[in-house]
Amino acid sequence: MPEVIKIKKGVDIKLQGEAEKIYASADAPTTYAIKPSDFPGIRLKLKAREGDEVQAGDPIFFSKDRPEITIGAPVSGEIAEVVRGEKRRILEVRILADQEMKYRDFKSADPASLSRDEVKAKILEAGVWPFVRQRPYNVIANPNRVPRDIWVSCFDSAPLAPDADFVVHGQEEDFQTGIKALMQLTDGKVHLGVDGKTNPSKAFNIEGTEMHRFDGPHPAGNPGVQIHAVAPINKGEAVWTVGLQEVIILGRLFNTGNYNAQKSIAVAGAQVTKPRYFKVISGANLKSILESNVANEANRVISGNVLTGTQISSEGYLSYYDSQVTVIPKGGEDQFFGWLNPNFNKFSISHALFNWVMPNKRLNLDANLNGEERAFVVTGEYEKVFPFDIYPVQLLKSIMIKDIEAMENLGIYEVVEEDMALCEVVCTSKIPVQETLREGLDLMLNELGV
Amino acid sequence: MKLFKNILDSVKPHFVEGGKLEKYYPVYDGFATFLFTPGHTSHSGAHVRDAIDLKRTMVMVIFAMVPCLLFGMWNAGNLHYTALGLADSMTFMDNFLWGALKILPMVVVSYGVGLGVEFIFCIIKKHQIQEGFLVSGMLIPLIMPIDIPLWMVAVSVIFAVVIGKEVFGGTGMNILNPALTARAFAFFAYPTYMSGDKVWINTSGAEGQTVVDGFSGATVLGSYATGGEVEYSVMDMFLGFIPGSIGETSTLAVLIGAALLLYTGIGSWRIMLAGVIGASAMGLIFNAVAPYAISVEQQIFMAVPFWQQMIMGGFAFGIVFMATDPVSAAQTTRGKWIYGFLVGFFAIMIRVFNPAYPEGIMLAILFMNVMAPLIDHYVIQANINKRKKRLVTVKAA
Repeated sequence: MPEVIKIKKGVDIKLQGEAEKIYASADAPTTYAIKPSDFPGIRLKLKAREGDEVQAGDPIFFSKDRPEITIGAPVSGEIAEVVRGEKRRILEVRILADQEMKYRDFKSADPASLSRDEVKAKILEAGVWPFVRQRPYNVIANPNRVPRDIWVSCFDSAPLAPDADFVVHGQEEDFQTGIKALMQLTDGKVHLGVDGKTNPSKAFNIEGTEMHRFDGPHPAGNPGVQIHAVAPINKGEAVWTVGLQEVIILGRLFNTGNYNAQKSIAVAGAQVTKPRYFKVISGANLKSILESNVANEANRVISGNVLTGTQISSEGYLSYYDSQVTVIPKGGEDQFFGWLNPNFNKFSISHALFNWVMPNKRLNLDANLNGEERAFVVTGEYEKVFPFDIYPVQLLKSIMIKDIEAMENLGIYEVVEEDMALCEVVCTSKIPVQETLREGLDLMLNELGV
Repeated sequence: MKLFKNILDSVKPHFVEGGKLEKYYPVYDGFATFLFTPGHTSHSGAHVRDAIDLKRTMVMVIFAMVPCLLFGMWNAGNLHYTALGLADSMTFMDNFLWGALKILPMVVVSYGVGLGVEFIFCIIKKHQIQEGFLVSGMLIPLIMPIDIPLWMVAVSVIFAVVIGKEVFGGTGMNILNPALTARAFAFFAYPTYMSGDKVWINTSGAEGQTVVDGFSGATVLGSYATGGEVEYSVMDMFLGFIPGSIGETSTLAVLIGAALLLYTGIGSWRIMLAGVIGASAMGLIFNAVAPYAISVEQQIFMAVPFWQQMIMGGFAFGIVFMATDPVSAAQTTRGKWIYGFLVGFFAIMIRVFNPAYPEGIMLAILFMNVMAPLIDHYVIQANINKRKKRLVTVKAA
């Protein structure tokens, strides 16, 4: 077994409401949605029209610049509504699901016996190419490129994240087929990053791949951190990443010939009455799951984890890449002399308030900003939670002044938003770190292309 | 609490857009957020946030300075009455109250004038009021001599806030430490009030009270610089029963503050430790070369055991409270080591070599403030070069 790579910097935010490792059931959601905002850096055009009947795998969107990339319908049914926002920008395409799912047949095949182009063609045809994302920029990969490596992180270290072994259990075969398909797409290796704290599940032991074990606090489970620790991305290189459950769905496509987008999600957080796992289909409406399962208070419902997730309504839809739903208190009350209050129940990496007396206590954190935005003042803070050989503050400043050469020199190719999420959490000056980084990534993308 | 909320709510309409006092909104906002940390929730990025904010950070630094302030008050009174030969008949409280009555007006002037200038700039620039001056406002009185007139404090504060900070864009943008800018301004503009033997102890007694025979009033550094005899023991220096700027004399009080800054993680331990190492290095070099000094005064000063250099003068105060200012110090981890080392190194070098500026720490920190961006530049450049080298190796492979 490979040596464990220690990730020293970072922090685990211990939150209340971890999902118990039991599958709960809820009424099957009736509607499903695809949200273009889940796909940064790509211009999408609508392929289907309101009222169209689609089968699972039929294209809903296609990329304006690379029409071969499509986003397939996760379920069969009728396009019920195209929700538009300002300037008629599409916010959501909602599909009213059939009672009985109808899958488009893409023909099962053993990826090992197919050529690279055949594997690619099948993934593209079934509308699941968006699973494959490219570093730098964390955008849908360019299918015409051959990546240096492909990286799959087999554990999630974010707060309240689903347990990888539990999720993969029973789907080992699909996972392995998915990995085999990915192996066809690169001249380099498929790397699997597994949790070094435990003995890796046998499912991750696949011939021809390279396994790396990582031990440390979050963000040790982020592919960006793992790639950086093993072989950092250089200018001009591309490494593709695919999520754990996306690999399983991909494998299912090859094993059955169907785009079956079912995945396991952890519904967690302090406001969830019974935090459990659920089996849902990508893009599901969460109303039936959350309806009777969250505290009847002002909540913030997040598709994803508390660091990188998207705020949605309690009747919102699961985002494309997410396998977790977190519900925390909304917060929003003014605090009298908040800067002097000992705040036993809040989180901080500093010792300037009194949460350090109980370091292992699970906290019930709300969405309060706990202060106001200020200029950069405190230094050395980001570095404590940022396990990269990169100067995070200087990188952000280079983005703020839109200096592309400096961004490149300071290592923007190696990071994506999730890698800097903890910097944003600990920031005394409440700088919008992830938003700023995304602006920088989009700028690079516009200038240099995928 | 409700009461404050009601007052704020009732005056708010005047300050928001369309109100009579619309342009004074930053002032209202400053007070409102001082009383109530606003319940803004995160709107982008991470949903949970660290409970620390700039106000708390600044307040922690002020807490850390309180031991120095309280000791400074007592010490000022004690030195005053000792100089007049009345020390034996004075109680602890007498000393403390005399000092408090002298020093509190300086604190009030420093905060009043400084915040006033900040408010004016915020109103003109329509910015929120940022908390940087909360610390500077307390630092400035602590690094002034007891006898400085209040109007000089005011002028120095105005200079420091306007030229030291606001012209660069306000909190977080300044190059020099604002508090030291104030002191340097006073030092060069009014040298007779800021140096020599007469300014560190107040000797103005009531009618009939005169200074005792043999009173000198010189600081420890002043005595060494002029070759005079040092009349204080090492323990006096450590505990702070010596003349000097108001807050700097007691190394013990500074260490209490340092402990709080280090424990909360707000002060950089790297800068403090590197500063001590730098000062020790210079002190040891002086110890070694003392026999070859060009003059007798300098020989005596050079021969001072290196660790004693750190408990006399403002070294301890400067390295703990001023060198660690995150805005004007080096910002990279490696840079902090270099910056701290050189601050300590130069502080001892300046005080020994240049009798005109017996307080070397002020000039050392200001000099290194100017050099800090250069240090950072090279540290970051090394990181960039490493990345470029990696690229070249990959391409060659």
